Amino acid sequence: MFPSRIWRDSPQRYRLEAVKCSKEGHVYFPPRRVAPGTLDGSTLEPYKLPDNGTIYTYTIIEVPPSQFKDEAPYVVGIIELSDGTKIMCQITDCEPDKLEVGQAVKLEFRRIQTHGEHGVLSYGYKAVPAIPGITTV
Amino acid sequence: MRDVAIIGIGMNKWGELWNDSLRDMYVDAAVDAIKDSGVDHIDGMYVGSMTPGLFVGQEHLGSLLADYLGIRNLPCTRVESACASGGLAIKSAYLEIASGHSDIVIAGGVEKMTDCSGDQATYALATAADQEYEVFHGATFPGLYAMMARRHMHDYGTTREQLAHVAVKNHKNGAKNPKAQYPFEVTMEGVMTSVMVADPLRILDCSPITDGAACAVLADMETAKKFCKKPLVKITGFGHATDRIAMHTRDSITRLDATAVAGERAFKMAGRKPEDIQLAEVHDCFTIAEIMVIEDLGFFEKGKGGTAAESGETHIGGRIPINTSGGLKSKGHPVGATGVAQAYEMVTQLRGDAGDRQVQGAKVGLTHNMGGSGGSTVVHIMEVV
Repeated sequence: MFPSRIWRDSPQRYRLEAVKCSKEGHVYFPPRRVAPGTLDGSTLEPYKLPDNGTIYTYTIIEVPPSQFKDEAPYVVGIIELSDGTKIMCQITDCEPDKLEVGQAVKLEFRRIQTHGEHGVLSYGYKAVPAIPGITTV
Repeated sequence: MRDVAIIGIGMNKWGELWNDSLRDMYVDAAVDAIKDSGVDHIDGMYVGSMTPGLFVGQEHLGSLLADYLGIRNLPCTRVESACASGGLAIKSAYLEIASGHSDIVIAGGVEKMTDCSGDQATYALATAADQEYEVFHGATFPGLYAMMARRHMHDYGTTREQLAHVAVKNHKNGAKNPKAQYPFEVTMEGVMTSVMVADPLRILDCSPITDGAACAVLADMETAKKFCKKPLVKITGFGHATDRIAMHTRDSITRLDATAVAGERAFKMAGRKPEDIQLAEVHDCFTIAEIMVIEDLGFFEKGKGGTAAESGETHIGGRIPINTSGGLKSKGHPVGATGVAQAYEMVTQLRGDAGDRQVQGAKVGLTHNMGGSGGSTVVHIMEVV
């Protein structure tokens, strides 16, 4: 994996940068060059996703791809963020058997995986169960 | 546009075939299909294959297979739409004939999946998902369908047992299919206690890794009548649609939008309705997929697909038998070959040649071939004339 490929997505993976259509109000993550159905990107403006939401669905991966071998079993899910945007990521620091659809989570910055024989580290977002009463800035 | 029929079919016995290379499997299937059709020449060929480059390090498949089939200078095109590559080959052959450019075209499919390690095969299959926003985070294909399953259970009350009923039914059918990779029955208990792959999906909810090929010979009706001595199976409609690849970007993950749209297009073209379809081969890459597909094609009300196999409605002898071949689950799933093998089963059924698994009086059938987690779908409606 060439570092450029990992670096290219850092605005999304490090800072949750999406785009929002100033006309329709729809949020697209990852960002797109054009708004669907318009062939026009001029209405798409930078937008930062919220970092809190709820579990929309999830699975516990027991048979992992090779680069996640040391982590299995681990949880991957789709999170519905507080603005309605959905995002796929791991759900960690949890007891997998006790997770529920609808449960509150927040996104945190974590190491995701190590690429190839040179061990290039890549980082991004994972969800963790929200602790009641604590809100992030 | 001219009418088009399938006049010849061939496929090898699927499995983990250490003795057979990709090219050998394909040639076996193609020769069987050509002999079955009775034609004396071929005008062109389309080959569906998902990723021979990753599975066996071979691209330029059209030329390789035309060469080993021994038809010099045959115009041949490889088409790719992940696991829907085979269905796309049939659509492509159909259009080449319907346009009047060619009279007789082979639509084939092939995948050689066991010449590499399980890790390599997992990687190759995952290229049908969004690499940067799904696979990057550790999602696997069973994982993607497991997420659909959990949400379907949450929204519609589908049960773990209902998923198992799909596997039991399809293995019951596959046990009667001599071409199937796993021609044996499984029990409810066997499915429910099999190894967990991606919760809630277990290994017996998943289609297997398979080596296999399948071919069909298509022709315009005039040519078909000239050569084919068997009942003619006409393709009366097709529908092809795509959807967003990454599941989190879809409006819903419990509705397969490309399936619904491809189905509507095929029904419209054929002048048929879901209730006209007597049997269907659908893309049961995972048990939950069959449940969602039979809903989104309009055979069952949304949310009620879970009850179909449990109640017997989708069994042979039921209201609408689904996957009489054993489906991907029991027959195997050499990804690029699957869509063509669905046509192989449908033609076999419509000709009345399906033996112990024959659907009595079958005249109108549907095949549904899906790529990835639903990012592409090709549907065909076939009728015996």
